[in-house]
Amino acid sequence: MSYETLQAYWWIIVSLLAALFVFLMFVQGGQTLLKQLSKTDMERSLLVNSIGRKWDLTFTTLVTFGGAFFASFPLFYSTSFGGAYWVWTLILFSFIIQAVSYEYRTKASNFLGRKTYDTFLFINGVLAPVLVGAAVGTFFTGSAFSVDRMNITNIADPVISRWETATHGLEAALNITNLSLGLALLFLSRVLAMLYFINNIDNENIIKRSAKKLKLCSSAFLVFFLLFVGLILTKEGFAVDPDTKLVFMEKFKYLHNLIEMPIVLVLFLIGVVGVLYGIFLGAFKTSPKGIWFAGTGTVLTVLAVLMLAGFNNTAFYPSTFDLQSSLTIENASSSKYTLTAMSWVSLLVPVVIAYIWYAWKSLSKNKVSEADIENDSMKY
Amino acid sequence: MEHFDLALVDWSRAQFALTALYHWIFVPLTLGLSFIVAFMHTFYYKTRDEKWKVMTKFWMKLFGINFAIGVATGIILEFEFGLNWSNYSWIVGDIFGAPLAIEGILAFFLESTFIAVMFFGWGRVSKKFHMLSSWFVAFGSNLSALWILIANAWMQNPVGTKFNPDTARNEMVNFFDVALSQTAVFKFLHTISQAYIIGALFVISVSAWFLLKNRHLLFAKRSILIAAVFGLIASIFVAFTGDSSAYDVAHKQPMKLAAMEGLYDGEKNADLYALGFLNDRTDNLNFKGIRLPSMLSIMAFRDADAFVPGVNDLVNGNEEQGILSAETRMEKGRIAIQALADYKTAKKDGNTELANSNLKLFEKNYPHFGYGYFKNNEDIVPNVPLTFYSFHIMVALGLFFIAFFACLLYASIKDKLVKNKFVLRISVWSILLGYIATELGWIVAEVGRQPWTIQDLLPVGVSTSHLSVGSVQTTFFMFFALFTVLLIAEIKILMAQIKKGPEEGGSHV
Ligand code: HDD
Ligand code: HEM
Ligand code: HEM
Repeated sequence: MSYETLQAYWWIIVSLLAALFVFLMFVQGGQTLLKQLSKTDMERSLLVNSIGRKWDLTFTTLVTFGGAFFASFPLFYSTSFGGAYWVWTLILFSFIIQAVSYEYRTKASNFLGRKTYDTFLFINGVLAPVLVGAAVGTFFTGSAFSVDRMNITNIADPVISRWETATHGLEAALNITNLSLGLALLFLSRVLAMLYFINNIDNENIIKRSAKKLKLCSSAFLVFFLLFVGLILTKEGFAVDPDTKLVFMEKFKYLHNLIEMPIVLVLFLIGVVGVLYGIFLGAFKTSPKGIWFAGTGTVLTVLAVLMLAGFNNTAFYPSTFDLQSSLTIENASSSKYTLTAMSWVSLLVPVVIAYIWYAWKSLSKNKVSEADIENDSMKY
Repeated sequence: MEHFDLALVDWSRAQFALTALYHWIFVPLTLGLSFIVAFMHTFYYKTRDEKWKVMTKFWMKLFGINFAIGVATGIILEFEFGLNWSNYSWIVGDIFGAPLAIEGILAFFLESTFIAVMFFGWGRVSKKFHMLSSWFVAFGSNLSALWILIANAWMQNPVGTKFNPDTARNEMVNFFDVALSQTAVFKFLHTISQAYIIGALFVISVSAWFLLKNRHLLFAKRSILIAAVFGLIASIFVAFTGDSSAYDVAHKQPMKLAAMEGLYDGEKNADLYALGFLNDRTDNLNFKGIRLPSMLSIMAFRDADAFVPGVNDLVNGNEEQGILSAETRMEKGRIAIQALADYKTAKKDGNTELANSNLKLFEKNYPHFGYGYFKNNEDIVPNVPLTFYSFHIMVALGLFFIAFFACLLYASIKDKLVKNKFVLRISVWSILLGYIATELGWIVAEVGRQPWTIQDLLPVGVSTSHLSVGSVQTTFFMFFALFTVLLIAEIKILMAQIKKGPEEGGSHV
């Protein structure tokens, strides 16, 4: 395969991991709903155990996304993490407190008390989608940084990338485009969580409450999602001249990308319809199938949005401080050799997906129910 | 570099050391305990004896409590390469990123998928699939150790790569050289086998406590027997692989070896300092303690007459042995750095001839590249006493564990354990010794390689992100506070769980 094909292939893989992560953030959405969907301790226990069997999958997807991004586009990894230090640190911090909370919340002598662990879950549930959304929003809105690889020959000050704001990434959350994506993800994760509960939990009350709450949450999601899509499709974008490799601003760049890449347009439309149909199934028919439509739709939509940011001569991590420092899938990628080696490894991904699917199926044969929880010595 | 940068580098180092050392509290227990759970689960599967089920469940619960916090501390480490070591991430990301990604794809998913089956599979999936899941978890966790250790070994011994002057970074040229380097193989074998020691000690410590309290006697005895066998095999293996690691260090990182051994002036027939104190920081003669004649030469080069270079030889050079001084290497390093800059400029100006001659100059001096960033000779010396004592205590504990497991095994077989309160008390505390050994091992490996992030190529000071010291200090204390609180919570929960014992379903065991 040519170098360009490999780079495109890895952009798709990284985007796919990001898309799966967004779908799996239904765990985070669920964490924000523990209070609202339950009236009794038992009901809360049902909710926690239902998402609790999945949290590690979401977490691992995030970790693998980080590793894959590092391996395939190391310049992004070094520029963004080292620069937008505070956003990423806060995101990670929220995942640290999440990781222990399920396991520890109901254990004897757990030091902090169940309330604290449930608060940890809530914090992670809100912060993760909002901040991840804000960080991904900068793929379209840009950040203030500069990159010069030859600086390593400057013995007195060998710094390759510099972030030019003192807030180190927190500024991303103040931009309306980024924020609207963050809030869209927050409400989407809640919507997906409720669809998942309808599918996974055997309890009338929870299902009824979920179906009811879905309507309001979905509307909020739609408002922010449409705002985000409207904003990026009408804004100037960061285009790359294919011959000179110079970055310049192009009016309606992302709209052009959508039109010039019909496959992406199709993915996007199927994705959005899938999400809407899934919501409809859940909210109006209380059908357990809703999560599958909305989940698949989410994956396709996110995939399409990230393709808009990276393909068709576009800078996926633009710099507003110095346009020519912007990162493209071409200038930020690993060497051809590494991408090839990694591509061989990626052939195993279907195997991984297959066993995850099999294990998930075998565990979810029976819904999470009261009897189930009472008899289980391994519950959260 | 300016004063400001030094503080930044030191705080970044402190943060990495803090988070790595915390992560390492939980990881070896995960690695070791996962196999012990898998063994017990298999015994249950084979015998369908409820007593094995109770044991499996008990250790599995403790495993789960530890696993959660291991994962929590791991995620920050992975992203810290970008957060705090931005330059590093670009310069070596082409090589270093790959094992990290492979680890995620192949190991972490295996682990996290089957952990869910392992915990929640009781009565939900077939007994066979359930038992296999425990094995998948054990393999998954050990596989994740493999890939991260390959990454770490590459930093100690950067093989299979070439510097690309056009992209200003190291690029991988042979994946198998990276993955199968001798350093990586030894590191992996030594590290996982020492993790089995930790697993065994943990089981022994908990079970010995039950025996002291006269509870769950059968359960405790069975557990100790399994753990003593497992531990004895592991500890013998650890001594061998440790020796191989030292042999490897002698060849790839002579300065680290000198620091480990407290050897200042190199010599033929070098003595091994077995037990004692380093008094002076510059001279061999001040070592007080037991010496084993010529043993260091034998250990390092398998030859009693071999010359082992000391710190002073590596700093000041030693013509007779063909060792360049730090000063010479610093000069050559600066030539390499300047040639790289000139190459770039010439290329931009379209002057091919000049570009080529600079490229040649660069490649000739490249083995010294990293030295170009240093100013003083002493900059290349790690903290000798810290490395020396850490190494010696680790080795002493390693030898102790062999004897310890052998005694326990003997006592278990003769069924004399319950009466011997003294051995039981030592057993309860032995887990702490295990933790001391394992943490010290990393201090040897990581402090001993200072000031390099990548041996000879990239100094720590050139690896950092461009952040304010205040930011890194703040996150340092954030992580310190959070991890400490979580560690306390973990210990309290473990204790409570252990006190409860393997009760449920059969307190008669
Ligand atoms: C229970 C823990 C434990 C025990 C008993 C030992 N080790 Fe160890 N050692 C480790 C745990 C460890 C470790 C934590 O796994 C390290 C850190 C880095 C690594 O690769 O393994 C390590 C590193 C390490 C290194 C440095 C490798 C490097 O810098 O890359 C050497 C030379 C040895 N060990 C040698 C030994 C010897 C000769 C032992 C004698 C029995 C021994 N170790 C026992
Ligand atoms: C196997 C994966 C590991 C990798 C890739 C790795 C890498 C690094 C890096 C990048 C640094 C900071 C740069 C430097 O100071 O040179 C570092 C420092 C350090 N690491 Fe590791 N590390 C690993 C595992 C560990 C573990 C498990 C421990 C401890 C249990 C550890 C202990 C330390 C210490 C103590 C330092 C600070 C040394 C100093 O700056 O004086 N490392 N390591
Ligand atoms: C600095 C280097 C390291 C990094 C970046 C790192 C990264 C991580 C991450 C991200 C996780 C969470 C994985 C999940 O989502 O399931 C994790 C867990 C784990 N890591 Fe590390 N790790 C490092 C050092 C090590 C070393 C040296 C070993 C083993 C030799 C190791 C073995 C494990 C294991 C077995 C787990 C899973 C079980 C547990 O967390 O207790 N790690 N690590």
